[in-house]
Parts: sequence; structure tokens; C-alpha cells
Amino acid sequence: MKRYVIPALTVLAAVGFVFTLWEVFVETPVQVTLGDRGQILVGQSLFFNQKIFYYHVANAFMLFAAVGTTGFCSIAYLKTRNAKWDDVALAAGEIAVMFGLVVLVTGSIWAKAAWDLWWVWEKRLTMSLLLWLTLVGYVLVRRFAGAGSERLAAGLAVFGTVAVPFIYVMVSQGDHHPQAGASGNVATLSGQMKISFWFSVLTFLFWFLALIISRVSSARAERRVRELHERAMDAGVL
Amino acid sequence: MQAPSREAELPRTTVIRVGLVRHAAQVAWKDLRVELRSRELLYTVTFFAALVVVVFTFTFPRVDKKIVADVAPGMLWVAIAFAGTIGLGRAFDREREGDTMRALLLTPAPRVAVFLGKAVAIALLMLAVAAIVAPLLALFLPGATALFDAPLPLAVAILLGTLGFAIAGSVFAAALLRVRARDVLLPVILYPILIPLFVAATRVTSDLLQTPADLDDAWYWISFLGMFDAAFLVVSLWVFESLVIE
Repeated sequence: MKRYVIPALTVLAAVGFVFTLWEVFVETPVQVTLGDRGQILVGQSLFFNQKIFYYHVANAFMLFAAVGTTGFCSIAYLKTRNAKWDDVALAAGEIAVMFGLVVLVTGSIWAKAAWDLWWVWEKRLTMSLLLWLTLVGYVLVRRFAGAGSERLAAGLAVFGTVAVPFIYVMVSQGDHHPQAGASGNVATLSGQMKISFWFSVLTFLFWFLALIISRVSSARAERRVRELHERAMDAGVL
Repeated sequence: MQAPSREAELPRTTVIRVGLVRHAAQVAWKDLRVELRSRELLYTVTFFAALVVVVFTFTFPRVDKKIVADVAPGMLWVAIAFAGTIGLGRAFDREREGDTMRALLLTPAPRVAVFLGKAVAIALLMLAVAAIVAPLLALFLPGATALFDAPLPLAVAILLGTLGFAIAGSVFAAALLRVRARDVLLPVILYPILIPLFVAATRVTSDLLQTPADLDDAWYWISFLGMFDAAFLVVSLWVFESLVIE
């Protein structure tokens, strides 16, 4: 089944990407905030630079999905010691680093356009950066620590998860980042913007699933080869 | 995981609990005795920390009374963090060189006791570092003597800060014993997860350097440090056993 699922998801993501480009840049109007009398409030409108929102937020959704998967699977791995969980944690960790890079770069570009600052030390940005740094550490451990690093990396993911509420309390600067929650601008998107946004999320979800399924199966294959090699060594074949 | 032995079924919980503290104290005392014989870590690591402070005073040459509250806390905690990282690596390398970590884990003491003993020994080393670095900063930087106007919050903050560092550090330094590239991977793992600790500790130190000292805020961040340490201690007790396998 995997033989068909990965190409199918990749094709869906590719088609979806082209389609959302069309939707976002051609079909969707630029964002303006209207006053009481229907006039455009220049100070509160984002105009064209709101376009990056469709990519920034969709990637952020995937980042948090991947981070949550890594944390959950690492805890499950330490608890059950079943290597299946570890494969998923590794795959999600690497993918989270990639999506995190996209989120930080697009966010920085947007911040420069909208606030005239490349970076602000406020809650959401600080939290994303620290989570991303922890995940880069996770991937570095997996890549360079050699054999026996699985538990170590899982421990790092558990500690990183525990640190999250402390980071949230720690940052005193208020949350003036646009809200993604119920009262924020994702829920209050109007008409065409909502359609474009959810198409973008769906596209990146297909991409996320294609990546994670292929990475999990390659991690599983790597592990099987390693185990076979060890068994051959034990049997004296190698 | 080993099968539960017959003894474990006997009602000995109180004995075991007393045993945990006693075993941890024995491990810590063993480390301290090894250290006191050579004083290798004590001399090299505290001297290294002093050098970090000296380098800071040269690389930030124009610190005056107005900005000392912004600069000195960072110097103090960066020096402690760097010295702690080096001390941790060296302390556990010592066990690896003698191949004594395995022996330590094979003793009938619970592994959690080994972890606690190690963490206490490292925390004591880092306290010695802080005892050198903090007066040195007060000596070199104008206005930094205000740090010692409220000795109690400063001492509690340093105690909790070094303890939190030692707790997380001991888990990962012990787990890194078996893998490659451990020198550089220790800070790569530790610093991202310890950022809340560094932030809280520098806030306390900065509050004490304000004129007048902002003691309410200092105690708020001290309680933050206490909760952070408690959370990390619980996680460490849970994961240490599964991370450190021989």
C-alpha cells in the first residue's frame, strides 16, 4: 500500500501547491481593514504582505503537529521501549526542523514588512525559536551521536516538552502576534481568504504526511538492516 | 529491566527510602573524596570561570554604573554555565576512563541514587565556581557590589540555578558517556532546554542590582526557579534509568 500512498500524497501536494498559488495570488483579494463608513484604514491594513500568511500559518500548523508527534512518541518510546515509536519520533523531529525553518524565515519576512522589525522577543516567537533549537539539538544527537543515541534523544524531547510551560510563563512581553485561536484572524477570515487558507493547510498536510510516511519507512528499513547486520555478526556470517 | 527479586516483595519500603538518601550521599561523598585528593576540577574549572569573567571585562570595556544591572547578570550566569558544562564533561569522563560507571551502576544502590549523588557533587562544584565568580564581578565592575546587599536572595538563586543545571546536566552527561561527539553534544542538548533557568536566574541577579533592589520581582523569579528545578528533578528521576544503560 505504501508504494501508492507516498506518490499519491506527493502528487496531491504538488497539484495543491500550484492551485493554492493561483488561489492566493489571483483569486483572493488583498487584506484591508474597513472603517465604520466603509473607508480603508491604512494603518490597520496589511494589503499585499498578508499573502505570506497562507504559507506561514499553514507551515506553523505542520510544525506544531510534528513537534507534538516527536514529544508524544518519545515519551511512548521511553515508556514501552518499542522501537516503532522511535522511528516515528525521529521522522517527526527531522520534519519539524524543516517546517520550523520555513516558519521562522517566512515569519521574519512578514514581521519586517508588517512591523518593520525582523524579530521581536514576544511569546509566540520565543517559544517557536526555543522549540526549534531543541529539535535541532535532537536531530544533531540522532545524526552524530552514533549507536545508542535513541534513548538520549528521546530524553531530550521529554525535557523539551517539560520546559514548554516555563518558556510560556517566562516571556513577559505580551502577545501582540496575530492570534491563531478562535478569536483570532484564522477563524474570522472572510470568504475567499478562508477557502485559500484551508486549501493551503490541506496542501501542506499532504506534504507533511508524504514526508513522514516515507521517513518512517526509511527509518524502519535502516533499523532492520542494522538488526540483520548484528544477527549476521552473532551468527559468524560476517 | 530485571525481574523483581524475592526480596523486593518483602515490606521494606521504609528501609529502601532511607537507603536511597544514604546511597546518594555515598555516591556524592565518593565523588567529593576523589576530587579532594587531586583537586583537579576545583582548580581548573574555577580558574576557567575566572578567566571567562576576565575576558568579559575586556570585551565589555565600557561598563559603568548605569548599565551594570544589564551586563553583570549575563556575565555571572554565562561563566557558571560554561564552567558547569566543562566540569560536567570532565567529571563523567573520569568515570569513563576508569570504566567505573559500569561498576557504579552494578552496585546494589538504586540507579536513581547514583544520579542524585552525581548531581549533588556537580552542584557543589558549581557552587564553588559561583563563590569565585560573583565576588570577582563585584570587584571588577563598578556598582556590582550591590549584588551582596541582599545576600539571601542571591544565595538562594545561585543554589537553585546551579542545582537545576546539575540535575539536567547529570542526566545527559551520564547518557552521553556511551556515544560519540559527547563534548560538543552536551551543550547542544543542555542549553536549549535550560533557557528558562538562565532567564530566571539572570532576572533575579538583575533585580538585585537595581537601585533600589526589586526584591518582590527577585522572589517571584526565585519561585520560578524552584518550580523549574522540581519539574526537571521529577523528569530526571523518571528518565535516568532508561537513558543510562550499560
